[in-house]
Amino acid sequence: MSHTVIEFENVWKEYRLGTLGHGTLYRDLQSWWARLRGKEDPNALIGDVERDPSSADRFWALQDLNFSVQEGDVLGIVGKNGAGKSTLLKILSRVTLPTRGEIRIKGRCASLLEIGTGFHPELTGRENIYLNGAILGMNRAEIDRKLDEIIAFSGIEQFIDTPVKRYSSGMYVRLAFAVAAHLDPEILVVDEVLAVGDFEFQAKCLDKMRSASQSGRTVLFVSHNLQAVTNLCTRAILLQKGRMIMNDDVQSVLRHYVQNIGSEGGQIIWGEDGPSSPEVRIERIRMLRENGLVSSEFPFEERIGVEITFRVLMPRVFFPTIHIKNLDGVACIASTNFPAMSVTPDPAYNTRLEVGLHRTMVWIPSHFMMDGDYLLDVVMAVTPGIRGGAYAEDALKFTVADSIELRTQYSLTTGGMVMPRLDWRTEPISEAEALSKAISEASA
Amino acid sequence: MTTGVETNSSDNNAASPGEWDLILRSRKGLLDLQLDKLWTYRDLIYLLVRRDFVSFYKQTILGPLWYIIQPLLSTFVFTIVFGRIARIPTDGVPPFLFYFCGTVIWNYYSNSMQQISNTFIANAGIFGKVYFPRLVAPISTTIINVAQLVIQFALFSFFYGYYFWQGASFSVQPQLLLIPVLVLQTMLLSLGVGTIVSSLTTRYRDLAFAVPFTLQLWMYATPVVYPLSQIPPAWVDLYMLNPMASIVETLRHILFQTGLPEAKHLAISWGITIVLLGIGVVQFAKTEKDAMDRV
Repeated sequence: MSHTVIEFENVWKEYRLGTLGHGTLYRDLQSWWARLRGKEDPNALIGDVERDPSSADRFWALQDLNFSVQEGDVLGIVGKNGAGKSTLLKILSRVTLPTRGEIRIKGRCASLLEIGTGFHPELTGRENIYLNGAILGMNRAEIDRKLDEIIAFSGIEQFIDTPVKRYSSGMYVRLAFAVAAHLDPEILVVDEVLAVGDFEFQAKCLDKMRSASQSGRTVLFVSHNLQAVTNLCTRAILLQKGRMIMNDDVQSVLRHYVQNIGSEGGQIIWGEDGPSSPEVRIERIRMLRENGLVSSEFPFEERIGVEITFRVLMPRVFFPTIHIKNLDGVACIASTNFPAMSVTPDPAYNTRLEVGLHRTMVWIPSHFMMDGDYLLDVVMAVTPGIRGGAYAEDALKFTVADSIELRTQYSLTTGGMVMPRLDWRTEPISEAEALSKAISEASA
Repeated sequence: MTTGVETNSSDNNAASPGEWDLILRSRKGLLDLQLDKLWTYRDLIYLLVRRDFVSFYKQTILGPLWYIIQPLLSTFVFTIVFGRIARIPTDGVPPFLFYFCGTVIWNYYSNSMQQISNTFIANAGIFGKVYFPRLVAPISTTIINVAQLVIQFALFSFFYGYYFWQGASFSVQPQLLLIPVLVLQTMLLSLGVGTIVSSLTTRYRDLAFAVPFTLQLWMYATPVVYPLSQIPPAWVDLYMLNPMASIVETLRHILFQTGLPEAKHLAISWGITIVLLGIGVVQFAKTEKDAMDRV
């Protein structure tokens, strides 16, 4: 009974790398003048390199995408950073256009690339609902009608007439999502919204999207949270380097994705092809056992070493960061080279590194990570947040093996993401001791 | 809603083009201005104007005062430099009023145009996230600047009334009611020129530096600090190709009954305004499609 609401046909998207330098205006005028006189363009590229998609300053973010989405589908879009997910969403949101091919859409399509777009800190929550709603394409009458519902959904009724600059980031997100959730489009495009907000609120958002899909709406959902994708989506497509390599039911796509991400040998050596930013390039990541050998399997009782080899391209202070996620995409450990996150502060913390090769080594304690499979992300951040810099997502996959020692002591799955050794003590106490303790506490 | 869509699709075959609400493809050969979309987004224009107005007042203590200090200061400077030192005649109008009215209308044009020329860069954050007709942004910019113009004009009216009461040699005419027409033309002109420049600056970023300088020169090619009567008659036809010249001169005529530009000059000024607006809107529509890949 269902029919197609979105159709991608041979969609390609090209980006030019680098910025257009000074003198482009002059060159363009020169070319234009030459064409006007019927002469050869002095700036034409020799051999017409422009036609060659592999040309160095061009980059195909999407390559030959063909797929369709049926009404009521909840389609997950998964893939590593740089696989083309954001570009795909940008095109669907009409922020940019495809270079080749076309996309046909039926029905009103609303996208939440980043919620809270256009929020102004000086305006009150109520004023921002109107502004944000209008930016997202609602008119005033529509917002008037839904205002009470939006405020109730956000759960911040008492602050609705306070300027949003006084909001906590959680409140800000709640309000922003509340507006977006009430757009009521036939097609909803969602990106990473669930990465923010507290647990309860995330559940609320998932519910909202689920009910949208149950009422026959189509949802396109991009997320790193594989758990959310599994729960929410019926189908998924997997992107890799701009190409769609799988389009199937969500279970098979995620299984394929999980099995194929992360190098397994305990090390990945990129050299010059490593993830990079203008400031830094990650050239190698290795995981080391206590004995110094490269490995992807670690006993529970041993420390896990991560060695990051990177080349500084511009002298800068760097903040090496590791993220460890389980295969559902849930972050278990996040740590940055800050003194507060170190056993002893790194002497090189907050010092400017000169151009050249450097190495950062970090040790995860033993008796800490639950047995299971994990993915390692490495970020060479250039600001104390984890923004900017080079980002190696899902760089390595590794396993923490359950130990014989553990298995002989308990056989249940306990849950929890980490299992550090805690200080347990049990002892008998006398009735009198308990009583005197209770009295001294009551009088205190 | 759902049934409506279903009926629609069963009427059409899958391949029929009318079935789709929106087709996204490369911009080649597309001259699709979609001006009708602007009307559906009129609430957004209103809300953006309101946002800028409210935030300006909340953020700066001097807020509205600043609107007043700025033209007063330039008027004083002009009165001293051009009136007292250079002794440029003002067609018998009190110099203070003469420079004030020129400054107010010119500042409106210059601010509005300069802000519009920066549209894509200033709004990169929003434009990169959500689609709406991009022309909404320059239109709300030119409207928010009218608020400033109105405040400055109110101040001007105060001095105008004072000089009139003191018996200056001009009379208050019913033509004053035509001033909004001049303001409208200035709005359209700043929108036209601003959108053309904004299309160019997204492509050639360094042009943005030339904008303030060009505006400075343009002001001296406009009768702001001197009257049109100072231009040699042989040059007037050429001089009046500057659409702002007719606007400023007509404003002075309405206020002080000084020389009225000829009908043909008014027509040329409007003609150029409309043509520039047309070019601007078309260029802008072309630029908005891939501007976000460049910024």
